[in-house]
Amino acid sequence: MDWPQILATLGIAMLLVIPTGKYICRVINGSKTCFDPVLDRIDGFIYKVSGIKQAEMDWKQYVIALLLTNLVMTLLVYLVFRMQHLLFLNPNSIKAMEPSLAFNTAISFITNTNLQDYSGEWGLSYVSQMVAITFLMFTSAATGFAAAAAFIRGMVGKSKTLGNFFVDVTRLTTRIFMPLAIIVTLILVWQGVPQTLAPNQTVTTIEGKLQDIPLGPVASLVSIKHLGTNGGGFFGGNSAHPFENPTPLTNLLQILSMLLLPTSLVYAFGLMLNDKKQAWTIFAAMALLLAMALPACYFAEKMGNPLLAKSGLSQTMGNMEGKEVRFGIAESALFTTVTTACTTGSVNNMHDSLTPLGGLTALWQMMINVVFGGKGVGFMNMMMYAILTVFLCGLMVGRTPEFLGKKIEGREIKLIAIAILVHPFVILISSMIALLTPAGLAGISNPGFHGLSQVIYQFTSAAANNGSGFEGLADNTAFWNISAGLVMFSGRYISIIALLAVVSSLAVKKAVPVSIGTFRTDNPLFMGVLCAVVIIIGALTFFPAIALGPIAEHLTLWR
Amino acid sequence: MSKHPQKGIDRAILRKAFRDSFIKLDPRYLIKNPVMFVVEIGFVITLYLTFFPASFNEQGRQMGLYNGIVSVILLITVLFANFAEAVAEGRGKAQAESLKKTRKDTKAKLFDQNGQFTIVNSSTIKKDDIVLVETGDIIPNDGEVIEGLAFVDESAITGESAPVMKEAGGDFSSVTGGTKVTSDWLKIRITAIPGESFLERMISLVEGATRQKTPNEISLTMVLVSLTMIFLVVIVALYPMATYAGVKIPVATLIALLVCLIPTTIGGLLSAIGIAGMDRVTRFNVIAMSGKAVEACGDVDVMILDKTGTITYGNRLAAEFIPVGKHSLENLARFSLIASLQDDTPEGRSVVDLANQQGVKVDEAEYRSAEFIEFTGQTRMSGTNLPNGAQVRKGAGDAIKQLVTERGGTIPGDLNTVIERISKAGGTPLVVSVDQEVFGVIYLKDTIKPGLIDRFNRLRAIGIKTVMCTGDNPLTAATIAREAGVDEFVAECKPEQKIDVIKKEQAQGKLVAMTGDGTNDAPALAQADVGLAMNSGTVAAKEAANMVDLDSDPTKILEVVEIGKQLLITRGSLTTFSIANDVAKYFAIIPAMFTVVIPQMNAINIMGLATPQSAILSALIFNALIIPALIPIAMRGVKYQPMSAQRILARNMLIYGLGGVLVPFFGIKLIDLAINPLLKLLNMG
Amino acid sequence: MKTFFRALRLSLILLVSCGLLYPLAMTGVSQVIFPRQAGGSIVGYQGKPVGSELLGQKFTDMRFFHGRVSAVNYNTYAKEDTVPDKDGKTAYGGVASGSANLAPSNPALMERVQQDLAEFLQTHPGVKKAEIPADLLTSSGSGLDPHISPEAARIQIPAVSRASGISTAKLEKLVSKHTKGRYLGIFGEPNVNVLKLNLEIAELLK
Repeated sequence: MDWPQILATLGIAMLLVIPTGKYICRVINGSKTCFDPVLDRIDGFIYKVSGIKQAEMDWKQYVIALLLTNLVMTLLVYLVFRMQHLLFLNPNSIKAMEPSLAFNTAISFITNTNLQDYSGEWGLSYVSQMVAITFLMFTSAATGFAAAAAFIRGMVGKSKTLGNFFVDVTRLTTRIFMPLAIIVTLILVWQGVPQTLAPNQTVTTIEGKLQDIPLGPVASLVSIKHLGTNGGGFFGGNSAHPFENPTPLTNLLQILSMLLLPTSLVYAFGLMLNDKKQAWTIFAAMALLLAMALPACYFAEKMGNPLLAKSGLSQTMGNMEGKEVRFGIAESALFTTVTTACTTGSVNNMHDSLTPLGGLTALWQMMINVVFGGKGVGFMNMMMYAILTVFLCGLMVGRTPEFLGKKIEGREIKLIAIAILVHPFVILISSMIALLTPAGLAGISNPGFHGLSQVIYQFTSAAANNGSGFEGLADNTAFWNISAGLVMFSGRYISIIALLAVVSSLAVKKAVPVSIGTFRTDNPLFMGVLCAVVIIIGALTFFPAIALGPIAEHLTLWR
Repeated sequence: MSKHPQKGIDRAILRKAFRDSFIKLDPRYLIKNPVMFVVEIGFVITLYLTFFPASFNEQGRQMGLYNGIVSVILLITVLFANFAEAVAEGRGKAQAESLKKTRKDTKAKLFDQNGQFTIVNSSTIKKDDIVLVETGDIIPNDGEVIEGLAFVDESAITGESAPVMKEAGGDFSSVTGGTKVTSDWLKIRITAIPGESFLERMISLVEGATRQKTPNEISLTMVLVSLTMIFLVVIVALYPMATYAGVKIPVATLIALLVCLIPTTIGGLLSAIGIAGMDRVTRFNVIAMSGKAVEACGDVDVMILDKTGTITYGNRLAAEFIPVGKHSLENLARFSLIASLQDDTPEGRSVVDLANQQGVKVDEAEYRSAEFIEFTGQTRMSGTNLPNGAQVRKGAGDAIKQLVTERGGTIPGDLNTVIERISKAGGTPLVVSVDQEVFGVIYLKDTIKPGLIDRFNRLRAIGIKTVMCTGDNPLTAATIAREAGVDEFVAECKPEQKIDVIKKEQAQGKLVAMTGDGTNDAPALAQADVGLAMNSGTVAAKEAANMVDLDSDPTKILEVVEIGKQLLITRGSLTTFSIANDVAKYFAIIPAMFTVVIPQMNAINIMGLATPQSAILSALIFNALIIPALIPIAMRGVKYQPMSAQRILARNMLIYGLGGVLVPFFGIKLIDLAINPLLKLLNMG
Repeated sequence: MKTFFRALRLSLILLVSCGLLYPLAMTGVSQVIFPRQAGGSIVGYQGKPVGSELLGQKFTDMRFFHGRVSAVNYNTYAKEDTVPDKDGKTAYGGVASGSANLAPSNPALMERVQQDLAEFLQTHPGVKKAEIPADLLTSSGSGLDPHISPEAARIQIPAVSRASGISTAKLEKLVSKHTKGRYLGIFGEPNVNVLKLNLEIAELLK
């Protein structure tokens, strides 16, 4: 039943793409939707209170609005973390968060990374879980989505402006994230995810011992955690925790929630571009990369752990260390692949305990960071690679390259180069620093090559704004809190700024008509070349790191 | 096509290039090529380590020797790249030399205010000076004829030996410095400042001295530099990672890996490709004002062509004799011939040719003394008054008809039908009469240059639309357009209207190329994205254009477009090849680095390379050798066949992408097989 | 500056609506529609809450079925575990979740498994090494996995029967009763809820 359930899940996700894409397109375009009578009033109220005029912004204004809003939110949330012991709704008497951890956590959630150096059980009061975490899960997702919307407008664009950031964030929150979150929350509660303000409960078991049962407003957080591809768990166990993900149905729902918006956005892009074939080409490239990772992860886990097999424990069930019985190998491998593809970072099994190759597929997807991606970032990255591919292909057919009719010239290539460079730069340099400093080395919990993988995984996840981790890493130290914080920050904003600058410069260019001399970017050939470029650049950049981490671990594990 | 035979790479060029490759090692020069600069730094570091192998506490057998070998290969890599560039430059220089020979220091006759001239050195002639050139004089600098008429030998720059007529005003008023007057005299106003004459600019362009990076080259360099930076970080980060994993990697090995990964292949050949591209254009006797212009050619979507001179021979030529009434073909041919014997217009000559072809002969001497009647706008006919009093005429239909009627002759019934048929077909009917008798019609036809139809098909295959501009009426234009196979035509188009045609296309985002020669073409040449001016044209036209064809052959633009495309394709293909190569190099070097400490790593040594050191050196040697191996492709350009972009992409991806992945696997393995015994001898095995 | 104040006001209004109104409203609605689930799906035994049906528990009594290895001991502890030792540390560190995050190559994993394996073979005589399902001796991701695989339940039947005196046939039936299939026959894996199974055994043992 392993493949039927995996394929059924992906099949349902596919069915949702077109209708959701149409709706997203309407929201981004500002066209009418059936919810307007109610939501227009709410939006209007928000605009009025915040003093927002719905004026168009050029790319610089858009970026400034985005950065300022994110800055304000980060500061607000930082304050909440530092003062949570003084605030209301703290029935479990959680203490104030230590500064470096609060810094890391605030950046982690505003950048939609949701790397957690704390555990919800001891780290956050209910008010922090709500006004800090849940709040940022909405707004960071809306921020990313707004950036993607602006990016698409520029790509499609006939005008210099990219829309209004404040309006985008508001509309995306009220028309997409909030309604979906409400529905998903209720289904989660029905399945057993707690939603209460009551304190943790201590019970006496039938063996006469005590058990602490953690509670809280969990469902309202878990729903947006996946819809917004955030990934930060209410509890340390994240979506492996039975209170976050109690049944196969909730697991299915969470996987679908992660895939829903990133996949549909690609289709919405096609609608806005008025070229669905182009969108499906991009979609197919992403799907192909996912289709390569998924079986790799599944079979690696299914093979089990040869060391345990040697010590006599049957591995026919596969590598069950760190996995939940109700999910098994299939749902775990699927979740791992999807969560690292969609830059969510929630986990329903512990990635540190994945087999080397299973862990490698998760790592790989974050390294390339283009497979659907969360809230439009994967899409933007894929488009970035598409522009690079177009540049190479254009040279190979003897034309100054053009993409969607716009010529790709020096300025765009310069910005694209920056955006592409940031990712490997921050990952490799920060890994290097961690490996050269005692404070960095102190975090490593697993010996041997896996220790290297832990370090690389942490920074890759941070740079890709994914948030999953090889959680054995003892990362709640000043070194890891601050270094990962900086990596998340650069991973998020530099590429958004560079890519918005790219589209704004493309937007004002005159479109070149398509002729037989233009090579088409909406067919299987381009899709293949695009995938090859992504894979080769990813492989060339990270092969040494991968070879010394997961591959060395795999080879030594299997002799 | 080309009048300069294709020059091969001779020994002298190679010798000079060899020397230049060392001169170019100067870091101040090399820094312009960041990729190769990194290799040079690597060379310096490994050179140091050759003599001080213990600097990084590295242990191992023969470390100094190993570092030395790496350092030598790195040096050779840089030299190969320099060599490629030097060879390309050398070829350009050789061409420039032949141009320079014409630039002898000569005397010039400079007019002063009083209209008297003094003899001065040509080099002292300034802009706006007025000079006199007479038979045998060399024209001191570019200029414009303001008085006189003369024949000028321009073979120095065009290779065309027949002297060209120059006169004041009109389209033949521009003269080029360095050319020689063969008859009569000219008064010339100099239009160029000394040292910047057309010829001198050409020489410097060809030499590559003023070569600037083109926008596309800049973008590509950006990509290459980014890749270099990424790999730099990869290598720097690898060191602590390996240390953590318990592997101490020798610095020389890290440098070797870095050099293998950074795109040295394309980095080493990039400027050679650019120079060679310009050179190929030059060899077609076209001077591009910048590399940018050549690149822009590759992007052209629309080509605007003059009908006259480009698509057809400038003149209408006799194609057929059609007798009317009861007259025989032979008689018609004979009288046509008689009417045209003294007619020196191309039409006239073509009538003579056609008659001769049909075997009609007359005693020419007999008619030499006959009185020739010139064609005028009023009479619209020409002809010969024979000694016996007969008046042979050929001319426009209605003019002849009027003449015949006036003399009491009758118009044969089928004449009008014939005239109409010819006109409908886009031809010009020339009616022939003797006294009051109409003999028939000469069918004058626009003749399309041979081979053009093929060329237009090629253009269509690569997606370039051709637009023909002609002053003809729509009917005639349509016929020629159909016969030549152009996509569109603009009839009754005055030269100054061309600019509107260009603007219309550009408004749709298209890139437009055009050729032109007259002064009134200048605005259009400037407006077009690629303007190819004829050397025979005016200074204004040449200044406005971004390319000048020395042979004044307007169809050359087709070749230039293909060269432009080929230039980009060569760059793209070699870039792809260079990057694809890295895959195999990783598979050679990564296992080599780690197997000593992690024996299981040998599983990814899929080439089965003998020893770690042999693997690293093989990859490095391959990396160096591939540069000279690709020099011929860089010089010649990647093979280009006109076909759809889609197919070109698929083809080149297959050859240079997939090929780029596979070739080094075999290459490195072969080198490994070759050098491993040597390394054993050196006790490094 | 104008942009800054707009950003501030928008942030505050979103903070209130997404961070307060939304979770509070969801709490209110959930408490009304799904009060049991929203409160943590607490199960009672003899009128007293003894756990949550969704959370696993640590069982040591041989009369009960045992769950999987837990890095947090299922948050199950005895009173004395909360008394600080001389270093000020307590055996029970407070409510937690997660696993030990051992890499497959970590020798500590092999050691733990070998130790548990030996102990299991000792406490479950007659069981062959190769028959033991892997889930039983591997640690769950959450540390609170309430389930074991049906095979893992069945392999414990002889030992539980011996200790509790309940017939193996009866236990077989109970295990089958508490075996939950895949959702819609497709999603997830068949599993047995250890707490619910043990509650029924406790009922029988009364």
